[in-house]
Amino acid sequence: MAVEPIQEEMAGVCVDAHGSAIGMPQLCGEWIPNQIFWLIITLVVIFFVLSRIALPRIASVLAERQGTITNDISAAEELKRQAKDAEAAYEKALADARTEAQAIAQKTRDEIKAKLDAATAEADAKIAEKSAESEKVLAEIRASAVESVEAVAKDTAEAIVAALGTSADKAAIDAAVANRMKG
Amino acid sequence: MATEAAHGADMAEHAVEGGLSFHPMDQFMIKPLFGAGDVGMFTITNVTLWMFICILAIIGVMVLGTSRRAIIPSRSQSVAELAYGFIYKMIEDVTGKDGLKYFPYIMTLFMFIVFSNFLGLIPMSFTTTSHIAVTWVLALAVFLGVTILGFVKNGVHFLGLFWVTSAPLALRPILAVIEIISYFVRPVSHSIRLAGNVMAGHAVMKVFAGFAALAVVSPVSIVAITAIYGLEVLVAFIQAYVFTILTCVYLKDALHPAH
Repeated sequence: MAVEPIQEEMAGVCVDAHGSAIGMPQLCGEWIPNQIFWLIITLVVIFFVLSRIALPRIASVLAERQGTITNDISAAEELKRQAKDAEAAYEKALADARTEAQAIAQKTRDEIKAKLDAATAEADAKIAEKSAESEKVLAEIRASAVESVEAVAKDTAEAIVAALGTSADKAAIDAAVANRMKG
Repeated sequence: MATEAAHGADMAEHAVEGGLSFHPMDQFMIKPLFGAGDVGMFTITNVTLWMFICILAIIGVMVLGTSRRAIIPSRSQSVAELAYGFIYKMIEDVTGKDGLKYFPYIMTLFMFIVFSNFLGLIPMSFTTTSHIAVTWVLALAVFLGVTILGFVKNGVHFLGLFWVTSAPLALRPILAVIEIISYFVRPVSHSIRLAGNVMAGHAVMKVFAGFAALAVVSPVSIVAITAIYGLEVLVAFIQAYVFTILTCVYLKDALHPAH
């Protein structure tokens, strides 16, 4: 019961004896002017803080950032363009080098081919010469061999004829052998 | 003797309520900060305290948070820039470029409401936006501002807002009556929507908290408080957003009254 006087003191239009609200505190007229007064002060303070300090500052920061971003983007674009140019130059150099290399290779190939052709022709000529020579020698050898065979055949025939005990005319034997050899 | 008896009975009634005593509206009471007594117009009350905290919070985020003017923003600067961009874009989208002149006013409304709503969610705090008196002043300021602006900018043409030229002539007077009624109901719905949402959420939380005194249901009530609190966090932002976007819509009507 000791706290009762305080509770009694609190009791008013909006508060009951127990310190609780009577009905909705929102609708208690006694409390309304106080709120409106402090609300208006609060709104005015917030308005001045925002419109004088905060909003211009944020606007300038945002504008500055936008500027920085725009600059950075243009710088990046410039760098990109440079990189592209460099790449094109590199590609061009590469293509040039390739064509040059191809030309050199072709030239070398042609030279080698020419040398090769010349060497081949020379070799062919030599071979032909050699084979003609050999053929000549061969023909000579063959001719001499045929001659020898004829001579041997005649001698043999003569010897055979002599061994048979008959003598024969040398001319007749030669004629007979030559006749046979043709056969 | 009689008063003593009546008082005894009153106390008995309180005692009968036992552990369960519901005073969900007591959180909205306005109390003087220093001493007891009547709440006069200039008394420093819990309203003063929480509105002052609201100002400090706004200064903290919008002024101190942006004091470094960093190109790469810190967290608080990002929040300030986000709030700036959010409202700026909202005004631009709803009212068009010519509404941007009123950006500081709308920003003031939004910042006050959103900070009051969120500060009100701190346990034991006082929610200034749960009071019709507060939201009514805000809504009335918007209503009067927009109406005066409409007449100043458009003169008599502002009344074209109520004269729907796209409707058949016979219907126009009827529509005009409806339009006028809806126009004057604006500040009522505008203010009650905000205060009602905030008050209801806080009162519901208090009711669930009252049930927590019963051991059997206290787990349920604690889960419910948590869920409602989550909902209230959403409501705190959404109601600030709704109040602001409706302000933009009304502003658009004042700047471009043609339908």
